[in-house]
Amino acid sequence: MIAGELPAVVLLGAQRYNPTLGDAIEELGVRGKIATITAGWQEREDDDADLKAYLGGRAVNLSLHARGEDVFRRDPELLAAHRERQAVLRHRQDFYRVRLEHALDAQHVIDQRSAPDEILEDEARTSIDAIRNIDALHLDRCARDRKDFDARHKPDEHAAVVEHRAALKAIVEECDAIAIAGGHVASLLNRLRLFRIDEIARGKTIFAWCAGAMAICERVVLFHDSPPQGPGAAEVLDAGLGFVGDVVVFPQPEFRLKLADRPRLRVMVRRFAPATCLAMPARSRVTWLRAGPLAPYGAFAIRDDGTHSYDPPPRSRPSGSPSTSVELSPSSTALPFSPPSKRYAS
Amino acid sequence: MNRPLAIQELIKFSPDGAKVDAFFGVPGRTFPVVEGPHATFVWRGEADGVTLQHWIFGLESSSSLARVANTDLWYLTLDIPHGSRVEYKLEIHRHGGSQWIEDPRNANRARDPFGANSVLQGEGYEVPDWAFPDDDARSGMLDPFSFHSKSLGGMRHGSIYLPARFRKTRLYPLVVVHDGSDYVNFARMKVVLDNLIHRLEIPDMIVAFTDSPDRLHEYANDEAHARFLTEELLPDLTGRLPLLDRPQARCLMGASFGAVAAFSTACRYPDVWGRLLLQSGSFAFTDIGKRNRRGPLFDRVVEFVNQIREQPTAVSERIFMSCGVYESLIYENRSLVPLLDATGMQVKFVEARDGHNWENWRDRLREGLSWLFPGPLMFVYE
Repeated sequence: MIAGELPAVVLLGAQRYNPTLGDAIEELGVRGKIATITAGWQEREDDDADLKAYLGGRAVNLSLHARGEDVFRRDPELLAAHRERQAVLRHRQDFYRVRLEHALDAQHVIDQRSAPDEILEDEARTSIDAIRNIDALHLDRCARDRKDFDARHKPDEHAAVVEHRAALKAIVEECDAIAIAGGHVASLLNRLRLFRIDEIARGKTIFAWCAGAMAICERVVLFHDSPPQGPGAAEVLDAGLGFVGDVVVFPQPEFRLKLADRPRLRVMVRRFAPATCLAMPARSRVTWLRAGPLAPYGAFAIRDDGTHSYDPPPRSRPSGSPSTSVELSPSSTALPFSPPSKRYAS
Repeated sequence: MNRPLAIQELIKFSPDGAKVDAFFGVPGRTFPVVEGPHATFVWRGEADGVTLQHWIFGLESSSSLARVANTDLWYLTLDIPHGSRVEYKLEIHRHGGSQWIEDPRNANRARDPFGANSVLQGEGYEVPDWAFPDDDARSGMLDPFSFHSKSLGGMRHGSIYLPARFRKTRLYPLVVVHDGSDYVNFARMKVVLDNLIHRLEIPDMIVAFTDSPDRLHEYANDEAHARFLTEELLPDLTGRLPLLDRPQARCLMGASFGAVAAFSTACRYPDVWGRLLLQSGSFAFTDIGKRNRRGPLFDRVVEFVNQIREQPTAVSERIFMSCGVYESLIYENRSLVPLLDATGMQVKFVEARDGHNWENWRDRLREGLSWLFPGPLMFVYE
């Protein structure tokens, strides 16, 4: 379930209010320094006084965003290549979205039709397959573009990148864990990749929330059911770092998902199966160890029929207690969605 | 059984001056009195007659208010659909003449270059919260600019909006706005930009608010105006501002004749302006003959729209169009949508229960801008 070279990975709900990172650190008995990544905050990356204070002075910000800016400032050739690549990615995402919206429209129209049940079931499967193919094709294209870019421009060999990577490696070696905050997921993913954090993170416990949690899973799926231009479709952005497999993370579901819209959720779950669509509201927590996962707090899986067990928490809840019950997702036997356990003793 | 309207209750009990005073004095009562789908316009005073002047296409533009017997109270009840916004004035007739006035009992006003109108906000209508200044939203900069245009043979003025977190090292999309000062003054567009950017609903963007000293000429499908925008202003802005250099990051927008100017410019320069935001476009056309009922001012517009209707082609990638259902142009706008859609351009058309005015155009900005330029909302998870 988690990449073999990591001792533990913890995904958390939003940390802005009433954070639970401390509980997670305590649960795993992490005692040493913690490298923090706030690159998703972009220019506000170093506005991390609250996080540092919360971690009691043992946080070391890796400043990935600033390091990236420094690389591009010193290396105009790489900057130009990067911009060109961003333009390609935007085109890819745009064309993918056009295809996806048409496929989802078709799925919706077919879903409204009357016909014998066996035909409707078969057609519903075909609709989902068509959407899954579009998602898969997009992921393939992203991987191909990334490979081409790496082969052409060899960012790993550019002096500024090499220098920063060496510095990052030295810092992380002194730390027991890495904490990856949320923010702009594409920007965060970009910096994580530029500095090969997947390699630098080997042997470290990973804590990640919101965009951070999305970025370290196998697949990053963008979603928002109530944007101002009207509800669109959840979109695959790209592959993530793959620290956690078989899971698609949906942070802030209490704000971003229409949790009562079962048909919409049903399509989403079937689209990404066999991966579990894991919704992570505030105060939720899911921990994977090499030996297997621990009982999650507060997270919930969307079921195959679009239902779920989310129960909005009362306004005040004692710190550290689970926000809601959780249960087994039919599509993910690997996650122990059962009542929360006592603290894990490492 | 439906509860009688407030005005009916009053009339039922043989009102006199004191009862009319009481009618106006009901705590919390606002005017016009909106009760579900019914809106009652009232005016009090001595007159030979009172008429309601409104701009709802499809209704008689002048409707008489009735006098309540033995009082100086005048009233008219209309059915107003849910969510409607109606601009109006009262015309007071006295001694063979008449005077148009704003409704003295209604504080809601819509302002435009010609003055102000009273505004009826029907049941369900609310001024969107993103149209009000928000203390949390950082304010962008609005800098005046002047530009000498060879094409137009003179100076053109306007202002440039830079987002609050503007950085020279970043690249931004560009929106060029016709009737820019009016959009700022009457559609609160700077406030709207600040708010939508703050809410991540649109990306940071640079906006050029342009004005014309002769809009009815320059905006009516004018080749020189299109050349000014595309061959003069755009290169100038690209040279001195960090702009994304691709059609998808360039937008022309405008309302009424401004929409004609935006669309006709995009047609003259296909694939330069990849985004269009067209509000209540004056897209007059004819199915037979060349002269539209709207008069000679529209001749060049008619020529342009007839051409488009004859041979619609894709000139942009995405077009957001909006129009009020209470304006006569709804017919022209509805007619244009399927033609543009069939070219392969992505077209989104939004109708509103509103008229040909700046507040209608303000209220559609969020949907239009965020559809043309989706902000990082889908990307940010904190």
